[in-house]
Amino acid sequence: MDLHTTTSPHNTGPNSVTLLMLRVIIALIPGIAAYIWFFGWGLAINISIAITTALLSEALVLKWRQRPIKPFLSDGSAVVTATLLALAIPPLAPWWVTVIGTLFAIVIAKHLYGGLGFNPFNPAMIGYVMLLISFPREMTSWIPLISLSDISLNFKESLVYIFTQQLPPSVTLDALTEATPLDTLKTHLNMGNTVAEVRAQLGLDEETSRLLSVTPIFGDVGGKGWEWINGGFLLGGLWLIYKKVIGWQIPLAVIGSLSTIALLFFLFDNDHNASPLFHLFSGAIILGAFFIATDPVTAAASPRGRLVYGAGIGVLIYVIRSWGGYPDSIAFAVLLMNMVVPIIDHYFKPRVFGHRN
Amino acid sequence: MSRRLWRFNGGVHPSQHKYESTRNAIGQALLPKQLTLPLHQHIGEPAEPLVQVGDHVLKGQQIARANGYVSAPIHAPSSGTIAAIGEYPIPHPSGLSADCIIIDTDGEDRWGERLAIADYKELSPSALRNLIREAGIVGLGGAGFPSYIKLNPGHDKVIKTLILNGVECEPYITCDDMLMRERPEQVIAGLNVARHALQAEQCIIAIENNKPEAWDAINAAAQDYDYIEVVRVPTLYPQGSEKQLVKVLTGKEVPSNGLSLQIGVVSINVGTSAAIYRAIFEGEPLLSRIITVSGSGVDTARNLETLIGTAMDELVRQCDGDPEQLGKLIMGGPMMGFAMHRTDLPVIKTTNCILSHHREQMPKQKPVLPCIRCGACMDACPVELLPQQLYWFTRSDELDKAQDHDLFDCIECGCCSYVCPSNIPLVQYYRYAKGEIWIREREREKAEQARKRFEFRQDRIERRKAEHGARRKQKQDGSKKRDDKRAEIQAAVERAQQRRDQAMQQAGQRQTERKQGDDKDNTLQ
Repeated sequence: MDLHTTTSPHNTGPNSVTLLMLRVIIALIPGIAAYIWFFGWGLAINISIAITTALLSEALVLKWRQRPIKPFLSDGSAVVTATLLALAIPPLAPWWVTVIGTLFAIVIAKHLYGGLGFNPFNPAMIGYVMLLISFPREMTSWIPLISLSDISLNFKESLVYIFTQQLPPSVTLDALTEATPLDTLKTHLNMGNTVAEVRAQLGLDEETSRLLSVTPIFGDVGGKGWEWINGGFLLGGLWLIYKKVIGWQIPLAVIGSLSTIALLFFLFDNDHNASPLFHLFSGAIILGAFFIATDPVTAAASPRGRLVYGAGIGVLIYVIRSWGGYPDSIAFAVLLMNMVVPIIDHYFKPRVFGHRN
Repeated sequence: MSRRLWRFNGGVHPSQHKYESTRNAIGQALLPKQLTLPLHQHIGEPAEPLVQVGDHVLKGQQIARANGYVSAPIHAPSSGTIAAIGEYPIPHPSGLSADCIIIDTDGEDRWGERLAIADYKELSPSALRNLIREAGIVGLGGAGFPSYIKLNPGHDKVIKTLILNGVECEPYITCDDMLMRERPEQVIAGLNVARHALQAEQCIIAIENNKPEAWDAINAAAQDYDYIEVVRVPTLYPQGSEKQLVKVLTGKEVPSNGLSLQIGVVSINVGTSAAIYRAIFEGEPLLSRIITVSGSGVDTARNLETLIGTAMDELVRQCDGDPEQLGKLIMGGPMMGFAMHRTDLPVIKTTNCILSHHREQMPKQKPVLPCIRCGACMDACPVELLPQQLYWFTRSDELDKAQDHDLFDCIECGCCSYVCPSNIPLVQYYRYAKGEIWIREREREKAEQARKRFEFRQDRIERRKAEHGARRKQKQDGSKKRDDKRAEIQAAVERAQQRRDQAMQQAGQRQTERKQGDDKDNTLQ
């Protein structure tokens, strides 16, 4: 008679890493759907390329590292990393940009540090930053909204363009790329225009005026189309909190600190500072706050620590957006805060039951 | 009347499996041929045998006495002959053996002397406590802390609230539930005795809302007493843990490392209360208890009134299970119980449940993945620890840091392991860390002692050396002094000689002078 003598507890709950990651993917769907609606099939193709690359490279690295392949491949973390990275890459970027970024994220940022659970930095953001620095032209070639542009690529044309960089004869490259709302605003604020002027497309230089008159990029509160995309991500993010996949602290702290600091500057000088709502709904703040900053592996752990961590990200986003070199800055803010996570975890422990403060 | 309830952090809702064992009324376990009674069934010192091999004992006769203040006596659960006293396997996670008394029962179940108390209120609290102590009553909720100590808060402590714990939050276990359903008057009577012993102001009976029948029964039994309040608490594991329950009911936190009586609260389990009733009103020491037998290893899950010392496999058989077919046998519940190494171990005073798994219906072992720091454990921890940090510290052998993060406040409830998406056996790490810290502390103490001993020895040697040196020096000094003395004496002798010589000379001179004088005189004469 051989009795099993494992120690308590003898039963486990229904939770699993795969389930967590699956829920993250599900929560991303509304935002991704809106994205594809507004910007075409490029993103879907990018996500497919990234996921394929991530799974293949992860399997290969696991084999090299002599780790069990099946449980780690099926945990879903590589899929989440790939999807988040693909969301950060312009929809019509050449295929090799996505492939290189994903390889870097999975092999260097994740597995060289020990794989799942051991990476100090968010792998998707490491991949993105690497791409942004190495291939600035490809990484800043954003495209205009489909509905606003008379030229847009269908699925097949997108596929051909991503893999061969061949455009259909009627389309020129210039017509296909456009600066993002954040970028446009940043550029023109630097040129001395006011927020109102930029948003009303008054007093801008001739080239931009002409472009914006064809394809207006500013919507009611943020960038056109981006409002809807961010709304989709917000919906998914709130569902994640409801399902307890993520805590409420980090998203709240990121959004709260960014809004507060943006509001202060906006109230102080609304000619040269965009409104908090514009900040929230123009770039990747919602995606960043709910899906990227909350990556459990690289975020702070304790409730108060999470608040500090999130607030730090919010402040850094505003600082980099306003005075730094990049129009959006989730990646840098997250990576910088990743660095201080051990210190945050050390100083913001929760009060243990039965202990005085 | 509804009482304000507080919350503790986290907790989990594992599937309850209470239904299986509450379908049948409490049964009576068969009288076994042999009873094995470990001398150590409680917290504190093991009891001391009062009988010899071959002695005939009667039911209820004390066969081992309490050894010291924190200890409890053991009684013969049935009449029979002492077959052996020695080391036998006991139900302990270590799988080790310990001293036991084995009784071959004679089947007559003949009672010895019983002393029932007519009116407990005539007895002083201290006399009541003595009766409870002599009845061998310990906490039947699982801890096994001698009950009379709990009922003895000390002269300077005022106990405001006595909590009767009928929470029973562990899955599968229903012995308290069935006790409250079937014998509520015993529970209330025992509570009254405990209240008298403590001189407590009010009593709160806490029952989780998944036991409506028990709640009704207890409510009916308690309605004549205005100082008893029956409170329905929401179902949440580990609410039955004393400190968590005190928080829920009173909003106060028992200090870390402290006891609830420090904040004027004492809590006892409903099973303990019924045992107190039997001891006082029926003169029956703790001989048996209700045990839940459940799990896939038995066909008829139920509760059995079981004599202490009955072998677990007999209970499994009586519930239509085959002990040979078990893959796992757990004493206690699935969250905190201990897996047994064999099936023929005796049940003891603290055994509330025998949970068995058929070898073909074992829970699946999920693969363990690395920690992703998701913090689910932290959200579930009822003590508000950072389980994932404790896990990392233990893994990297930074046990001092684990201690800084209050490792020893961990109650090993298992919530963290239960919710972990990576299936990490976290509690196992904490047990290891605690054990390792104790070992190291002992070793450090030993090393410290050895160091002190060594230093003392070194010191002694040094001192002796120094003493030797000093003495030799003294000796040397002494011989020098002797020389000096001799020289002095010599000098003195010489001086004396000199003086004598001088004196002689002078005397000589004087003589001559006198002679001369005499001569003069003579000449004068």
